[in-house]
Amino acid sequence: MRRIQLHPCGNFKEHYEQELSIFETDFGRIWMWIGLMFLFFVLPFISGPYFLYVVNIMGITAIAAMGLNILIGFTGQISLGHGAFFGVGAYAGAILATRLGFPFLLAVPAAGLVTALVGMVFGIPSGRLKGMYLTIATLAGQFIIEYILVHWESLTQGTMGITLPAASIFGWDISSDRGFFYVIYACLIGITLMTVNIMRTRFGRAFIAIRDNDRAAEGMGIPIFAYKLLSFAISSFYAGIAGAIWAYYMMSITTEPFTLFLSVEYIAMVIIGGMGSIPGAIFGAVFITGLNEILRFATDTIMNMGVIASFGLNLAALREFTFGLVIVLFILFEPKGLAEVWRIVRSGFRLWPFSY
Amino acid sequence: MGFFLQLFVNGISLGLLYGLSAMGFVIIFKSSGVLNFAHGELLAIGAFVFLVLTTWAHLPIIVAFFLTLAGCFAMGFVVERIFLRPLVGEPLIFVIMLTVGLSFMFKGLLLFIFGGNLQTYPGFLPEGLALNLGSIYVPPVYVASSLIGICFFVLFGLFFKFSSQGIFMRSVADNQRAALSLGVHVKRVFALSWAIAALVAGMSGIVLGIINGINVHQISSIGLKVFPVVILGGLDSIGGAIIGGIIIGLLETFTCGYISASLSDVVPYMILVLILMIRPYGLFGIEEIERV
Repeated sequence: MRRIQLHPCGNFKEHYEQELSIFETDFGRIWMWIGLMFLFFVLPFISGPYFLYVVNIMGITAIAAMGLNILIGFTGQISLGHGAFFGVGAYAGAILATRLGFPFLLAVPAAGLVTALVGMVFGIPSGRLKGMYLTIATLAGQFIIEYILVHWESLTQGTMGITLPAASIFGWDISSDRGFFYVIYACLIGITLMTVNIMRTRFGRAFIAIRDNDRAAEGMGIPIFAYKLLSFAISSFYAGIAGAIWAYYMMSITTEPFTLFLSVEYIAMVIIGGMGSIPGAIFGAVFITGLNEILRFATDTIMNMGVIASFGLNLAALREFTFGLVIVLFILFEPKGLAEVWRIVRSGFRLWPFSY
Repeated sequence: MGFFLQLFVNGISLGLLYGLSAMGFVIIFKSSGVLNFAHGELLAIGAFVFLVLTTWAHLPIIVAFFLTLAGCFAMGFVVERIFLRPLVGEPLIFVIMLTVGLSFMFKGLLLFIFGGNLQTYPGFLPEGLALNLGSIYVPPVYVASSLIGICFFVLFGLFFKFSSQGIFMRSVADNQRAALSLGVHVKRVFALSWAIAALVAGMSGIVLGIINGINVHQISSIGLKVFPVVILGGLDSIGGAIIGGIIIGLLETFTCGYISASLSDVVPYMILVLILMIRPYGLFGIEEIERV
């Protein structure tokens, strides 16, 4: 039995393995197991159907946000088309399930692969463009995908939408909220593990090198176009998986949700969560989804109070305002996002009571 | 032939509007390198301020027009000072997302105050401005907007060419560090460029409002149409913005007239991708070649 690793009082790494380890101390590992136990064995049984629904949506968004975080936070390529990729995933999943009769377990990864291909196609401009030119190109991609989703009616049934069969794994029906909870969070954990490990290998280091200085990266022998495409592929693969699960969860999809607004929401998640931080993507997804639900709840309550509703105020507009305000405030005052807040809080605990 | 000519004229007038809207965008980009996603909302704010001054406060048109421009000018200063100044030198994504956040804030506020309904100005343009060229009819608003557009274009051309502030702005656009070391007040240039851009945006918003009526969603969606226009013309060329606008406007009306109306919304973006792949600096932009 090896010794329990506690917090060192400095940076005493002696091997590269120590540098690469995910948890610096055993405390992190223990807390992670406690958190996972709580997540899987307590949370679904104590929460009501509405809360469980919100938690499920948070999980799905976290998967997609993690993909975007690889692209923006680690590779430094800004994409305004993530919402469209999410839509491509949803439609790919729906079409595979209804037209080709794919089962759930096959349709979701297949939708991820289809979306990865689409993402690579729309990532091709990154070979010539960078910075804001690339951002504008992905903006165009968003509009083009949106148009195709609405107007390729023989495939997507246009504005009519597609209704999906109930999801089941080996005959086990998972279409209840609780069933989906386990599927979504198992997926999220798998995706998180994959992301953590991608970032510890040569691929992740190449992504970070491209983000920090693309010319130097090219000079070091990293084929940056290939890696940028790979980054686009991985990020849209995640979006595709999230989209397909979302489509199954919603049972029926239309083209409406996959607008530029959704893409902006995903970028907001990455920024608010913390760019280039894997837990950050989860924080951001939880924050934005939670904020959406709280704002919806607040406007509904105020609208139903009668006195204010009689003024006919357009309170739904205030939701948009608040969303914008949150983005602006985070950028101005905490550009490193919630992950940084979390780090400060944690180190505050660690150093307590002598936090200087 | 009559249909073609009518489409042509419509396209040119629509294009001038796009060009006019894009002008403010280019001014901001040229001096401070900020991609302004809130430009559509700046247009909408101009249109609504003018609406308040004319229909609610019943000011004479000319007074209301100049008051709106002054208000937009001041607002540009304030926005730059509060929101953009802290971000000088920060990574691109923060600047982009800040303007996106601003656009949501402005849009939410406008929707909250004015609602999402279509509103119109009282008609005040004389019918005598209309042009009748044989079978083609050009409504007075288009004539007026083209005149205003050309007027402002010439005015800003002269401003950038000859006035000291204009030369400062060009120097900052050219090389920020060199301009700073030669004693140009770069911060003031940034503030001024936002103020001027907001002024131009307000003016374009008024013109848009006269033509299509005022609706928050409609006007702010023009803010996204600006991207194909400026990329086509070159991000840092004001003349390019006008010409890019005209090309995009023509393309849009011809697609709408001959192919399908729904395709006309997405054609500019297809052109945009094409231009980006072939000539990223646009038709009139400054070539920056970097091979990585």
